[in-house]
Amino acid sequence: MHLFVQAVIVGILFGGVYALIASGQAMIFGVTRTINFAQAILAILCSFLSFTLFTDFGIDPFLSILILIPAMFALGYAIYVLLLRQLSRWSAELGLLVLYGLGIGIQGVLDFVYGTSTRLITPSYANNSWTVAGFQIPEVRFFAFVLAVAVLAALQVIRQRTRLGRALRATTQNPVAARLLGVDVEQVSAIGMGLGVAAAGAAGPLFGMILSFNGNTQYDLLSKLLSIAVLGGMLSMPGTIVAAVILGVVESVVAAMISPDWSSFSFLVVLFAVLIVRPQGLFGRQLRGAL
Amino acid sequence: MLPLIASQHWQVNLLVFTVMYAGLAAAWNLLGGYAGYPALGHTAFFGVGAYAMAIGTIHLGVGAGYRPFLLIAPIAVGTAVVVLPIARLLLRTRAAAFAVLTITLLFMVQTLAYNIRSLTGGSSGLIVPIAPFPVATFERPFYYAMAALLALTLAVCWVVRTSKLGLALNAVRDDEDRARGLGVQTELVKLVAFAVSAGLFAAFGAVWAYYVGFLYPGFAIDPLLALGAVLMAFLGGRRALWGPVVGAALIGPAQQYFAYRFGASQLYLLAYAALFLLVIYLLPEGIVPTLARRLGRLRPGSGPGKAVRDQVATGSIFSAGDLG
Amino acid sequence: MSVLLAVQGLTKSFGGVRALDGCSFEVAEGSVTALIGPNGSGKTTAFNVITGYQPADAGSLAFRGRPVRRPDPCRLQRLGLSRTFQQARVFPGLTAAENVILGRNEPWHALLRRRVAGPDRRRAEALLGEFGLAAHADTAAGRLSYGQRKLLELASVLMAEPALVLLDEPAAGINPVMVKTIEDHIRRMHARGVTFLVVEHEMKFVMRLCDPVIVLDRGRPIACDAPRKVQNDPRVLDAYLGD
Repeated sequence: MHLFVQAVIVGILFGGVYALIASGQAMIFGVTRTINFAQAILAILCSFLSFTLFTDFGIDPFLSILILIPAMFALGYAIYVLLLRQLSRWSAELGLLVLYGLGIGIQGVLDFVYGTSTRLITPSYANNSWTVAGFQIPEVRFFAFVLAVAVLAALQVIRQRTRLGRALRATTQNPVAARLLGVDVEQVSAIGMGLGVAAAGAAGPLFGMILSFNGNTQYDLLSKLLSIAVLGGMLSMPGTIVAAVILGVVESVVAAMISPDWSSFSFLVVLFAVLIVRPQGLFGRQLRGAL
Repeated sequence: MLPLIASQHWQVNLLVFTVMYAGLAAAWNLLGGYAGYPALGHTAFFGVGAYAMAIGTIHLGVGAGYRPFLLIAPIAVGTAVVVLPIARLLLRTRAAAFAVLTITLLFMVQTLAYNIRSLTGGSSGLIVPIAPFPVATFERPFYYAMAALLALTLAVCWVVRTSKLGLALNAVRDDEDRARGLGVQTELVKLVAFAVSAGLFAAFGAVWAYYVGFLYPGFAIDPLLALGAVLMAFLGGRRALWGPVVGAALIGPAQQYFAYRFGASQLYLLAYAALFLLVIYLLPEGIVPTLARRLGRLRPGSGPGKAVRDQVATGSIFSAGDLG
Repeated sequence: MSVLLAVQGLTKSFGGVRALDGCSFEVAEGSVTALIGPNGSGKTTAFNVITGYQPADAGSLAFRGRPVRRPDPCRLQRLGLSRTFQQARVFPGLTAAENVILGRNEPWHALLRRRVAGPDRRRAEALLGEFGLAAHADTAAGRLSYGQRKLLELASVLMAEPALVLLDEPAAGINPVMVKTIEDHIRRMHARGVTFLVVEHEMKFVMRLCDPVIVLDRGRPIACDAPRKVQNDPRVLDAYLGD
């Protein structure tokens, strides 16, 4: 029982990181109606960058986020403008394949530059943990969770309280109507993408401190992100966050109580099971027909 | 056939792979092109076929000769049948969610391959007893096997295109909800397309396993394989019978070249990705339909006929409607 | 006259908006019934719910005297209830003939038959001929004009000889000549025994063609009567002009 609760705690903490990356993906889906298949590798790109910043320049991974967020925002913006915008000439859905291809390309570069051995960012406090009520709370995971929540909260504030946020939500719900209301849909979409990638960027260093990674990790992470997206409903922020935390918990519990080998698999099983009952995921709108 | 022209080992090897890719691309096209369901994880079935063949061949013992080839049919059919309940679940989703789930399935199968060590040898993989074919013409039986499978795949594609099944699949691609509303048996036809393409993937995987001689999970269940098949179908044209073959003929050798040239330095992935993006941006409709349009000629044997070249290129691979 | 379609207490909300609010009405067999109402009154939602494209929050539905639980487009089509869409949906990548042929219900083993066999072709050409589209039998539906697509959509639906067809704004987006053409086709099909339920904004079209006329306002019917009477009903005028 103790092991179970311990695993749940650890799972919730890591779930925050998943939630951050997944929320970015949901935001990108909102404005582009495309699942960003490159979201995982972009997060891992930042894991690598943070690794380099740490080992070569001594910059603490948490601080590196300050550098990475604007950089990734710019990258996301550029991806939209350069790659996705013109696809609407043919069909926006091709974006999915484009992003997949882009992801593979980025992995190629990362494999080339860093090689294929796995890395882990290990700041001095990496192994510290507190003991609360008999349970261990690893410091790094805790602060990663706090930071993830902070960034998520910031994103929420942007979405709910600013003009940009209103424009983002309008564009997500109905681009045509938004345009008629005077929203520059292209610009807002690019910004939305920038924010989504920035979220991945913020999560990268957090991820990189907890799990060892290399270019190939993107597949495992991607499958989790995709599972979260389908489970949580691709446009629902609360759904995404809940699904991400559920993932973190299931994964952690299975790893602790059965075996780490089966942790990813178990979540996939959960996903399949849910989809048997509700094809639209836990929070998605029901699959539409006519309209 | 062609091995008479290509005599060097590397040439025949290239042919084996190119023919295999052509078959995979055409098989994928049944579900991805004709029905418009972007299955990105079909490699899972390739892997299943490969492992099934490996295990079967090991049981048959060393020096099994041609007997492993007999396993292809039962492996293919078996895979298709086992896939049915899974496909039923997956096909309840559309477009992006569907793509996601097929990839998820891919990873599930890969994880199983890693974890069920007693069966699959885990991450160290399996070694298949080498076929006792004469070294000088070692590749030939495999080439013929692949070519036969390709011919079978194309025959299946042709039958589908020229039958009501193909018509129904195209309706699903164009507007699935409306097809349902008109009484088209969308569930059934999608299921058939899925199961048949999965079975074919398994068949190719089986031959591949015997040819290559060793498997491990990351190798046999490589996400890039399905992506390659998709790319080839796109490049050659998803609406044309020979489209995937043309695509494979162009990209297959290019892929081998990349692997040879860049494989060691990891830039292979980058080159591949660049090629992929180029194809999507420059030729969203694919070579064969574009050529058909330019030349204004009817392609014999293509189902929609005039409609193929009249079709305004929307390039949409997914059916309408989002999933949020 | 017997009742072909009976809906009872249909309720459907989208977020805070009540599109249907205890909506009940009947469609008599052999009629061309209209369903009109100001924007937002729930007409298209009613169609979507009746044909199973959207689930209702509450209510029931009976077709041909038998209750239909959990309506589903495919099942309803097989029972004899079809619909057209506001945006004239056809299969753009298929030819007009193929579009029409798809409308015909076939058992599963028919899937193995030829894509466009002789008898199918003749039937399709006959039907297309009735709608003046015979010349375009081999044209991709995506290349047809909007009006032609509307005709094609109607023809495809009629291929299966449905008992009841729900028409969603058949006169929308086309020129007056085409409106008259469509009206003629509806009359022709009606004479052959097809019942229609028509959602439409074009009032003259409705008044010429339909009887009775059901008026929806805010998710429920407020009048159901002959066109002349409905035109002069103060409640109806209020619904359209009031607020």
